[in-house]
Amino acid sequence: MILSTNNISSHFHSDQFLLWSLRFLALMAGSLLLLVVVFLVHEAWPAFQQIGLTSFFTDADWAPTEKLYLLTPMLWGTLWATLGAIMLAAPIGILSALFIQYCAPPFLARGYRRLIELLSGIPSVVFGLWGLVVLVPLIARWQPPGPSLLAGILILFLMILPTITLVVQASLAQIPVSFIHNATALGLSRWSMIRRVILPTAKAGIFTGIFLGVARALGETMAILMVCGNVVQTPSHLFDPIRTLTANIALEMAYALGNHRSTLFVSGLLLMGMVVVFVMMAEGLRHREIYAATK
Amino acid sequence: MLPQSKSVQDHCGAAIIWSSTGLISFGVLWLLGDLLWHGWSQLSWSFLFSSPENAGREGGIGPILISTSLILGVCMIVAWPMGLGTAIFLAEFTQDDHRFGRLIRGSLDVLAGVPSIVFGLFGNALFCQALGLGFSILSGGLTLACMVLPILIRTTEESFRAITSDQRLSAAALGFSTSTTVGSILLPAAIPGLLVGSILGIGRAMAETAALIFTSGYVDRMPESLLDSGRALSIHIYDLAMNVAGGNPNAYATAVVLVGLLIIINLAASWIAEKWTTLNQLPT
Repeated sequence: MILSTNNISSHFHSDQFLLWSLRFLALMAGSLLLLVVVFLVHEAWPAFQQIGLTSFFTDADWAPTEKLYLLTPMLWGTLWATLGAIMLAAPIGILSALFIQYCAPPFLARGYRRLIELLSGIPSVVFGLWGLVVLVPLIARWQPPGPSLLAGILILFLMILPTITLVVQASLAQIPVSFIHNATALGLSRWSMIRRVILPTAKAGIFTGIFLGVARALGETMAILMVCGNVVQTPSHLFDPIRTLTANIALEMAYALGNHRSTLFVSGLLLMGMVVVFVMMAEGLRHREIYAATK
Repeated sequence: MLPQSKSVQDHCGAAIIWSSTGLISFGVLWLLGDLLWHGWSQLSWSFLFSSPENAGREGGIGPILISTSLILGVCMIVAWPMGLGTAIFLAEFTQDDHRFGRLIRGSLDVLAGVPSIVFGLFGNALFCQALGLGFSILSGGLTLACMVLPILIRTTEESFRAITSDQRLSAAALGFSTSTTVGSILLPAAIPGLLVGSILGIGRAMAETAALIFTSGYVDRMPESLLDSGRALSIHIYDLAMNVAGGNPNAYATAVVLVGLLIIINLAASWIAEKWTTLNQLPT
């Protein structure tokens, strides 16, 4: 790569000016993350000081008006919803990617890919609307009350499916054709080729997709707020209404004051921490070699 | 392509793959069909231009469209120079192992993953409270600008990196200064990429709800200035569906408008990207 900075005629004043202003803009953009963290910590600090970290896990209930700040029901809500969605979306996303890459006739593969791309572009609030009007009444007819962990899982599943499918499919597309030719020459059946050659080769891509899916599911707010019922309780089965950390912030931020507000920022920090871990794991995998043997 | 199926396992595998993709297609088409079915009949020109009445149950979305475009306008005006500057810096002045560049890239990657509700908290704390802008279009737009910056920078940086080195070498051979090279040679060549990045950024900003609830607010009147609170399309859908009994028909209609706009935006982006690749492939 030839860089503009290697240009030997860079002694013009305008060049120095350009370089410094670009550096400044880049510094601003780069420090945005720091600014976000600083502001979250600053707003959350009073809660750490006056309520204490342990109270978020040991208080009797979530009742900010009575100075009770138990966050664990919301944490469980978030974790169960994410876990359920990923358990559905990971296998089906991988199957969808296999379908696009290997199984479908070209026109169907293109059409299905378009459909998945379309799904990835639908705003979360529209998923929420559909879930609220269509999915929740369906569940209510089967197992009242309707707004439930199950509704949240199904909606999240639809939302993270495109992420997983598209990332996995991109990594399947990078598998060298020679691998498949060799496997064919060895007389492997279609199924064992998928299980023993294709999936192990695409492992990094598959995990990248799953991690990105988890990150998206953890941070999702609007759709889950609209279909989950938002009752503060640790869910005991699939049809219990739940409230997630994100929904809790969205619901109470408008009127929260003092320590209550600070606690919402604490849950924001908690969310950000969880999401960032998964995003970084995904980024780390993305940069890793897909398969060393190709070199 | 894979070899023809032979064993029982192959047939089972194929059956599982075909049935699960069939199920997904059915689900997606159901969602879209439901949206069109309920929303399309409500749509009319007067719906697009009139004010919401009776908490949005009746009337249209005129002021909401205006607020949405103002929020997006603020967002892009702020994000553009910062995104462009950072992208040029990363693409033209840093190598892959440049420490400062790597730090910025890493920080932007993480920023891209931060959930939108956290941006909402941040925007509320910084713009609404610390800077005293209150619930306003300005606060909402600035919050969204922080959110779309990573995607804008990544696309623009890629478009600068895609420019062949010949152009930089020729410019240097002609004795151009770096700023002339960047401004008159590289920038025009990267404009399609910049455009695609901006369009994708606008798309992401338009689909956003959680970051706006407590930054730009709920007010559905026609905004008089950027310091007024303004309701975005996505918030209108949320409010009608959740808080207004009997608001569903208009929520559906608004959702059709929003999804329609997003589809147009994505088609435009992929059209430009396609044009641009064919242009770049021409012999020079």
